[in-house]
Amino acid sequence: MEAMEVEAPPKTRRMAFVLPFIIVVLVGVITAASGIALYRAKLPAILEITGKGVGNNPNESVHVRGRVDAPVTIEEFGDFQCPPCGTLSGPIKQLEEDHKQNLRVIFHHFPLITHNHAREAACAAEAAGLQSKFWEMHDILYREQREWSKAAEARPLFNAYANLIGLDMERFKQDIDSEKVKERVSADQARGTSLGVENTPTIFLNNRAVEPANLNPEKLRGAVEEAIKAKTTP
Amino acid sequence: MSAIAASSTTTSISRPRMIVYIIAAAIALTGLADATYLTVQHFTGENILCGGSADCARVLGSAYSHLGPIPVAGLGVLAYYTVFSLATFAAFGHRRAGRLFVWVVCLMFVGTLWFLFVQAFLLHAFCRFCLLSAAFVFLLTGIVVAMPPPQDKDGTLD
Repeated sequence: MEAMEVEAPPKTRRMAFVLPFIIVVLVGVITAASGIALYRAKLPAILEITGKGVGNNPNESVHVRGRVDAPVTIEEFGDFQCPPCGTLSGPIKQLEEDHKQNLRVIFHHFPLITHNHAREAACAAEAAGLQSKFWEMHDILYREQREWSKAAEARPLFNAYANLIGLDMERFKQDIDSEKVKERVSADQARGTSLGVENTPTIFLNNRAVEPANLNPEKLRGAVEEAIKAKTTP
Repeated sequence: MSAIAASSTTTSISRPRMIVYIIAAAIALTGLADATYLTVQHFTGENILCGGSADCARVLGSAYSHLGPIPVAGLGVLAYYTVFSLATFAAFGHRRAGRLFVWVVCLMFVGTLWFLFVQAFLLHAFCRFCLLSAAFVFLLTGIVVAMPPPQDKDGTLD
């Protein structure tokens, strides 16, 4: 009968009644305070592009889609293997089509080390860019992201995409491993790092980074359309 | 507050059961920390960025990670806090807390099975923080299953 429950004295009972309330409230307060402190610590600083125009570095690749003199610019630092970048690529393209006159999009490579095929994919896009088909490769890499991301060897798939968009295959195969292409990817990444970019996607809307919490298709569209309205309304 | 009021809601509890409830409270507290971290990530937007684990970004940025404006991790915070509270009250002999504890853990177990299914078969990606939370829920479920039965003063089962 070791486990038998025994009647406790009244004083102990009173303590047993009150003490759990104190513990539970205390833990609640500590959890809320820690959550708020962590939120403040993790809240990313709002990055801005100041005085560092695109294309200053001779090795830098500049891929622009849309009108050069468009009043609103989206400058994206992306990683082709990053799922959220893939999720946003379609909506950004849709935004370009909906606002052809007022929006231009600039893409920069920021392949993360945690993604095993990301740098190779960036090189594939750059190699396609040498044949003026960067955006075609950009679109197909994001569209087929799930396929090549899970592949042990991504190169055969990249070759297949290059073939699909009509690249000169011999040249593509040479370019993808060339120093020129690797330098372009590295230059893009160096530019991102100099701006404080750490994660992907990092999107600058008219030189000001969009807060990560707003990096979903609906909120991004809202921000872009608001910026267009502000720039085009007299 | 009188001793009579206290005695009407609390009862003495056997030492093994008390220890088990304290262990459950400790597990719930760890789960609470995990869920709080994920909730903060949701509100800072870090969960929809790549920078750490690609699988975590896929899971935490998916449509299954929130119910409308409420992050699933936030529900986790609520659930773990409830379990912690109930386990604490039960450890001090509060009568209904032990029974409610079992029900809440069972609900969490069902929820965990659903989220494991989502990760395995719908998203094809596992987030380590979610797996850690699943492990805590399995431990809590194990505790519920292995809990020594309550006994009255005569040593007979309730």
